[in-house]
Amino acid sequence: MTTIDRPTYRIVGTRPIRPDGVEKVTGKAQYGADVRLPNLIQGRILRSPHAHARILSIDTSEAEKTPGVFAVLTHKDFPVAEDKIEELGESAVNLKELSDNILASDKVLYKGHAVAAVAAINGHVAEEALKKIRVEYEVLPPVLDVRDAMREDAPLLSETRFTKSMSGQASDKPSNIAAITRFQGGNVEEAFAAADHIVEREFTTKMVHQGYIEPQNSTASWNSDGTLTIWTSTQGAFVVRAQVAEVLRLPVSKIRVIPMEIGGGFGGKIPIYLDPVATLLSKKAGRPVKLVMNRTEVFMATGPTSGSSIKLKMAEKDGIITAVQAEMAYEAGAYPGSPVGAGAMTMLSPYNIENFVIDAYDVVVNKPKVSAYRAPGAPVSAFATETAIDELAKAAGMDPLEFRLKNSAHEGTRMVTGVPFPRIGHEECVRAALESPHYQSPIEGPNRGRGVASGFWFNAGLQSSVSVAVNVDGTVNLIEGSTDIGGTRASLAMQLAETLGIPYDDVKPIVADTDSVGHNDVTGGSRTTFASGLAVVEAAKDIQAQMISRASKLLNAPEGELRYEDGAVVSSDGSKRIPFAEIAAAQGRTGGPIYGNASLMARGVGGAYATHIVDVEVDPDTGKVTVLRYTAVQDVGTAIHPSYVEGQIQGGVAQGIGWALNEEYYYNEDGTLANASFLDYRMPTTLDVPAIDTVLVEVPNPGHPYGVRGVGEVPIVPPLAAVANAVAEATGHRFTDLPISPRRVVEELHGLA
Amino acid sequence: MENFDYLAPRSLTEAYAALGSGRTSLMLAGGTDVIVQLREGRKQCDQLIDLKHIPELMSYGFAADGTLEIGAAVPLAQLYEDPEVRRRQPALCDAATIIGGTAIQSRATLGGNLCNASPAADSSPALIALGALLVIGSDRGTGEVPVEAFFAGPGRSSLQPGEILLQVRIPALGAREGAYYHRFIPRNEMDIAVASAGVRIGLDESDRIVSARVALGAVAATPLFVPSAAEALIGQPATRETFEKAGAAAAAAATPITDMRGSAAQRKHLVSVLTVRALERALERIREAR
Repeated sequence: MTTIDRPTYRIVGTRPIRPDGVEKVTGKAQYGADVRLPNLIQGRILRSPHAHARILSIDTSEAEKTPGVFAVLTHKDFPVAEDKIEELGESAVNLKELSDNILASDKVLYKGHAVAAVAAINGHVAEEALKKIRVEYEVLPPVLDVRDAMREDAPLLSETRFTKSMSGQASDKPSNIAAITRFQGGNVEEAFAAADHIVEREFTTKMVHQGYIEPQNSTASWNSDGTLTIWTSTQGAFVVRAQVAEVLRLPVSKIRVIPMEIGGGFGGKIPIYLDPVATLLSKKAGRPVKLVMNRTEVFMATGPTSGSSIKLKMAEKDGIITAVQAEMAYEAGAYPGSPVGAGAMTMLSPYNIENFVIDAYDVVVNKPKVSAYRAPGAPVSAFATETAIDELAKAAGMDPLEFRLKNSAHEGTRMVTGVPFPRIGHEECVRAALESPHYQSPIEGPNRGRGVASGFWFNAGLQSSVSVAVNVDGTVNLIEGSTDIGGTRASLAMQLAETLGIPYDDVKPIVADTDSVGHNDVTGGSRTTFASGLAVVEAAKDIQAQMISRASKLLNAPEGELRYEDGAVVSSDGSKRIPFAEIAAAQGRTGGPIYGNASLMARGVGGAYATHIVDVEVDPDTGKVTVLRYTAVQDVGTAIHPSYVEGQIQGGVAQGIGWALNEEYYYNEDGTLANASFLDYRMPTTLDVPAIDTVLVEVPNPGHPYGVRGVGEVPIVPPLAAVANAVAEATGHRFTDLPISPRRVVEELHGLA
Repeated sequence: MENFDYLAPRSLTEAYAALGSGRTSLMLAGGTDVIVQLREGRKQCDQLIDLKHIPELMSYGFAADGTLEIGAAVPLAQLYEDPEVRRRQPALCDAATIIGGTAIQSRATLGGNLCNASPAADSSPALIALGALLVIGSDRGTGEVPVEAFFAGPGRSSLQPGEILLQVRIPALGAREGAYYHRFIPRNEMDIAVASAGVRIGLDESDRIVSARVALGAVAATPLFVPSAAEALIGQPATRETFEKAGAAAAAAATPITDMRGSAAQRKHLVSVLTVRALERALERIREAR
């Protein structure tokens, strides 16, 4: 459903088949696990059995003697890494910590932390050899919960970590609180004093995993000339190259990263885990080495997103939200870098709130280092905000959507950082939600309830490069470097076809390796259709200019009298016209190949808003929550390929429903992740999620020629709160701890806890 | 995974001989548990004995007295796809249709599910409630044991070295008897029971309960037979009030733990809910059959 008029396009807004579709549905697409090379050997990783311990010694001698073993690796084989921050697009990483996370040096900081690696003739031999590695540990007490880790007497993950704040060092003693950030505006005390109603709540959420189907994998081949090739599953081949170069102290020019097809990432495939290990094993063994994680390793040792604890106080006067005070602490896992800052910066973004103080704590705990997960940090802070808003709307006697509309942010409203918003579409989303058939229909029956919530995500711009080669048959090759996760081959090819005025089927997109295209940042931050799309439009304009120049020769007309229009070059008086295919066919005799390029740092990012409506039914005897109906309204700017936009929205909602109802990292006291499998880490199945209705609101982003806004992340922001608000309606109980699992519901409703 | 030999005996004699070889053996009836356990290093063996080529273990049928006799290696799908099995033993199918997905059910077996001895197994409470007997064989002969006496602890059955579970015997349900098995899982698929309950009740002409069996899953170290719940039912009218007393007795008998699948308090509560619901549905089955 499109609710706002936009220009009529020829291809933008249609739903063609994706270029990679046939290969994927016929099983021909090549993923990292499919890599086969001559003399390929297999690697395996030894992982810590302790959540927190000092490594006293590692004896690999017996493993090395095992027949069939080619190489054994420990952190001693790594160059000493610097304490230096590397930007990865949606996240940044300290290289010393990245290196220590890939293979532990002095300490292991979570159960499953990689300690050593073996490459052998096959996986079975490698596993046998792992058992022969002797590691002596001094076991230390672990700290697993964010609030426990913040206590003065908590076990310290690092004796040399002091709390940082925006003004510098904020602690004189070592601490697990890596950083404190404050966002402040107006006068909170006065606003609370004058309020009609105040809500004060504490919220907790657990670590959750992205749950991509394809485990991390890497195959590396070290060549005798000192060059290196890596085949891997990643959201950004260039970011793998940069990280491997930094960790192993290699020039980027020596490294070629070949991105394989990706079986899901959601932010989790931005950091590297296996690539440097495969590389150094290959260097030692003199053979290419392949590493593929199993599911348990993925859960235990790759980056989920933070568990959190949020204390929130919010005030309302005359239907206006007047003040917010929040103290939010996010678990970073073993090393600093939780998305608490993004959580703080997004939590009030749908609204115009004058007075606020938000304190954000980044806290290390003995669990895996978190990585990005779809709108990192925003879903749990929105869970807190949108729950409190629901209660204030009730207190004010207002419909929850009308209350949100009355308080909505709009163009010019300042974010908590002080930056004013450009044209945004939150009001349009709330209005569309109010008018939706879902919200217009009553919800009836016992134990049922309806909830709503809004959410915001910034979206990213960053760097993109593309090249476009025109073929003599009038088709074009689009050479891009953005991992295709959600259909971006299609969405980029469509923008190219639209701009060139040629058929969609005449564009053949290819995701190239790091030696074959200019730099591209990750597919992350909902940026690819927007930013690589900008590059595609620029490259198309480059092609248009070249086409005009060639047509000038073919038509014997001055370039100044020609313009590019609807897939042809035409003279200004309309008397002469030569189509794209004819100019393409003549390129060899009009000056050689026609080849367009564009490289840019994308500006003009448009933020994304969503408003969701959900109906649930709660079984009061078993505590099971069934999602009956779900409608997701989202400002998508312009939907280039509406089916893939809807797919992104539905996928985000499904993940959000899982997060709200069942997903959690469940730790035993000793720091063992007890549910490191898809059996016990309960993501929703197809039977747990209803058909999700989508409403695409199109408020074009003025920063993109077709009005594109990133769409992939914001749909996971509202569901946690929307579901919680619906459960509150259904049960009369306000759940402030996620997940709202049957256990939690039944314990609450029957007073069992 | 360490190396092991794979054996596929064609007769019980061959299978007993293999078991007596002195090497560490594991048996494969469907493989949907044991292969995973071997791959994950949770079990080791010198030899894996595939039972799916032994004719006696791969057949099933109704005896003259109505007893359903099921070879230990018969795939679950074969059972529940048989209309006669569905009609005469619906509670067995309650369990057989929810052990894994369709692909798993085409391999998985009652023998495997029982010998894996998970406290949360779906077949065990159903079979205990149905009063099933297990036929155990060795090269010294065969014997019978009630299902409730088959379990020794989590992952441990009472099978002795050299013994094979050959057959499951489920007595026929009488005209005024009904049975039902169900479990609670947080999702609607792909899950293991947080708690489960199987029941069988028999009524007299005046709808008074004259026989009852109640069994529970996932709330003790083994599948749990609960005679005290049966005592709360026998002699009583088949009413909600009676069923709730049985539910309370079942909850009192349960000794659950707290783990990632659920808490002890939640499980005790669920036992009562599930027992009552199972009894209501068993009663419905009796009424529908009339």
